[in-house]
Amino acid sequence: METKQILETIRMIEEEKLDIRTITMGISLLDCIDSDGAKARAKIYDKMTRRAENLVKTGAAIEDEFGIPIIHKRISVTPISLIAGASQDENYTAFAQTLDEVAKTTGVNFVGGFSALVQKGYTLGDRKLIQSIPEAMATTEFVCSSVNVGSTRSGINMDAVKQMGGIVKETAARTADQQGLGCAKLVIFANAVEDNPFMAGAFHGVGEEDCILNVGVSGPGVVKRALEKVKGQPFDVVSETVKKIAFKITRMGQLVGREASERLGVPFGIVDLSLAPTPAVGDSVAHILEEMGLESVGTHGTTAALALLNDAVKKGGVMACSHVGGLSGAFIPVSEDAGMIDAVNRGALNLEKLEAMTAVCSVGLDMIAVPGDTPAETIAAMIADEAAIGVINNKTTAVRVIPAPGKAVGETVEFGGLLGHAPVMAVNRHKSADFINRGGRIPAPIHSFKN
Amino acid sequence: MKAILTVIGKDNVGIIAGVSSKLAELDVNILDVSQTIMDGYFTMMMVLDLEKASNSFAEIKESLSEKGSALGVQIKIQREEIFTSMHSL
Repeated sequence: METKQILETIRMIEEEKLDIRTITMGISLLDCIDSDGAKARAKIYDKMTRRAENLVKTGAAIEDEFGIPIIHKRISVTPISLIAGASQDENYTAFAQTLDEVAKTTGVNFVGGFSALVQKGYTLGDRKLIQSIPEAMATTEFVCSSVNVGSTRSGINMDAVKQMGGIVKETAARTADQQGLGCAKLVIFANAVEDNPFMAGAFHGVGEEDCILNVGVSGPGVVKRALEKVKGQPFDVVSETVKKIAFKITRMGQLVGREASERLGVPFGIVDLSLAPTPAVGDSVAHILEEMGLESVGTHGTTAALALLNDAVKKGGVMACSHVGGLSGAFIPVSEDAGMIDAVNRGALNLEKLEAMTAVCSVGLDMIAVPGDTPAETIAAMIADEAAIGVINNKTTAVRVIPAPGKAVGETVEFGGLLGHAPVMAVNRHKSADFINRGGRIPAPIHSFKN
Repeated sequence: MKAILTVIGKDNVGIIAGVSSKLAELDVNILDVSQTIMDGYFTMMMVLDLEKASNSFAEIKESLSEKGSALGVQIKIQREEIFTSMHSL
């Protein structure tokens, strides 16, 4: 072991904020189904608190021994619409509250999986779950919700898209005293993945085993620092540099995941190769893009820069771990990235550019505050646009927007912690209502004649 | 279990003596040492063997950190795997 390498690792962690963003334990709740809602919830609480009993403690011990921060410990569960569907309950909020109780007992930061998959159509359970979302988000603290409204194989469920526009608005209204915070815990997907460790969209897919551990790494600061050393050099060099760094970052994830899985006696699932920013200085994806030569993220060239970054991160990470999964790529949440916030404030980054960026990055319109008076149909239309990008391009896309109650363009919404703060962004004022009100389904795309 | 110890701080009399006597007290064996002055800072790295150590990792970490404060340097101890996994295939 060379001194230089030891110091490089220490510097990455201390100065460049390399961290493991999350270890997420996926727990199947299929064996908790019961025709009596209260009994089902008791089984859920028992199973989750038993399985995740040592998750936080083990995470902290690994942090201590290896000297690498593990920012969050989380749990994802089988979509609750599938579990609660067998019960006679009309409102599923109580299920969300049980998940919240589990979070408090086990000490995890978030529980994901208050979810429904309605890309092709609704079951009765899906319908009840979606209607319960606003109340569930308003009465719980640690529960995250997601709804999948489209997929490449089944097209886009436009009835669900329309409904989710309204649900987002209602969730904001129910959490108006916290500036619409409920919407920060609600994400609408197309092509949702079953093994995603990141919130708000994590859930434990039915194709997964009973209990697994997934790891999400992070480290935009490390990539930025590496690119500082190759200023002005061609993109071949940029790509190689990102790949090498992504390899190193991902090795951390693999190590921590393997160690945690051994100590907890739970199989290791996947590493999600991601660059997840935080509002902290030096932890920004936007600054990486600017380091490539853009005066501000959002200007012409941003999409190309992001495409290169996203692809190089995957190429570097794939060889560094045994199984890759989740969303794997660069996240571009606005409120959680200091560079994105600055770009919006200086007028360089708008919603239209962000939408273009989502065609080449790992998720979608993420943590964006829009004016409180944005109509539900406009939000639904944003969801439809994002879903279309995902469905046509065979990738995951998502929408997590916050119509901040009472706020207008130019004001700021404060969420605190990892969620950061978001400048309220302008939306197109022309109506999409007649489009959204049609309902029905947009058929699945053809996979030939690609142009 | 092997671990890497790093000591960084302002150069002073007795840092190596202080650190190694503390390690001896904790029954920690030193396998390798490298020490240099980088940018005016005392920088030392040790490869340690904790097999025979009488205390837990957390306790060793805690008492080394206290020793560091007394010597006016920063002492870190991390499991070796974090470095080997990052830098070797």
